[in-house]
Amino acid sequence: MSHRPLPDFDGCGSSGADQQIRPAFLLVYLLLGVGFGVVLTRSEVLSWFRIQEMFHFLSFRMYGIIGSAIATAATSIALIKASGLKSVDGKPIAIPRRPLGSGIQYAAGGTIFGVGWALTGACPGPLFALIGNGVSVMVVAVFSALGGTWVYSWLRPELPH
Amino acid sequence: MSTWFNAEWPWYVAGPLIGLFVPALLLVGNKTFGISGNLRHLCSAILPSRLEFFRYDWKSTGLWNLVFLAGVLIGGFLASHFGAPHEINISSATVATLRQFGIHDFSGVAPHELFTWDALLTLRGFISIVVGGFLVGFGTAYAAGCTSGHAISGLANFELPSLIAVLGFFAGGLAATYFILPFVIGRL
Repeated sequence: MSHRPLPDFDGCGSSGADQQIRPAFLLVYLLLGVGFGVVLTRSEVLSWFRIQEMFHFLSFRMYGIIGSAIATAATSIALIKASGLKSVDGKPIAIPRRPLGSGIQYAAGGTIFGVGWALTGACPGPLFALIGNGVSVMVVAVFSALGGTWVYSWLRPELPH
Repeated sequence: MSTWFNAEWPWYVAGPLIGLFVPALLLVGNKTFGISGNLRHLCSAILPSRLEFFRYDWKSTGLWNLVFLAGVLIGGFLASHFGAPHEINISSATVATLRQFGIHDFSGVAPHELFTWDALLTLRGFISIVVGGFLVGFGTAYAAGCTSGHAISGLANFELPSLIAVLGFFAGGLAATYFILPFVIGRL
């Protein structure tokens, strides 16, 4: 297999290595995750029915949720940048930007994920929240997703990025 | 209070709440909100491999996110067990459309005709769960992000790669909804 250099994977949720995280901080991340699981459930974003309703353009609901989530996040980022707020450990807030490259990985990977999103009715967060909701067969979907990630990494040197 | 736990939250409450996870994670530890990176961290942690993609220190990069993900599972459990179960209140037009597809059971958060252990052994259940899950894992790794990392974090940070990815999410999702799902649910 060829070993062309690829830009370092800087996926969702990885923001560079850092020092040992203190246990108290892990507890904060756990509690934030619990909050996110509650929101995914009570907002019904994790529901296959809601995802189908969205893709059929039969309700404004999902678009309202996604749109207002982006608006809230964008406003928050702008406020953080304008105020110069620092993170709890005193470091300036830095949001790593993904390299554009040819853009093919985003178009192709995004489209492939989109098909999976419609079939499972769930993106990665909801997959786990659904298991919590008692849809235990989603454990299989998670393992299959791990298989998909593994196969991608195997094919990665051959794929256009 | 009970109303809040027995009904779906309106979009204008749910959306901003989801958006607030972006500044919360930034302020707590300079972390970028995004779930799908966890699939890579999990592979790196549990599927030992010499693949370059998985050779990195997942503990220092991703432990916080895996802990967050564990919380998502717990949160899903808590929210569904401390509120009365309710049907997803989709519009009547959606019910009519899905009935045409061949969905008849509208109880629960996902249709029992596709997402149960029994359904897993049917072709349509297998495609929904196993093929769908595989594409979620492959696609998010290829695109370096999912709905949270690209659609929310990335778009809120005005990143062009995220806009391309989100257009892809909808292109793929719409194609599957109109061309694949009617066949999968109705014929298989």
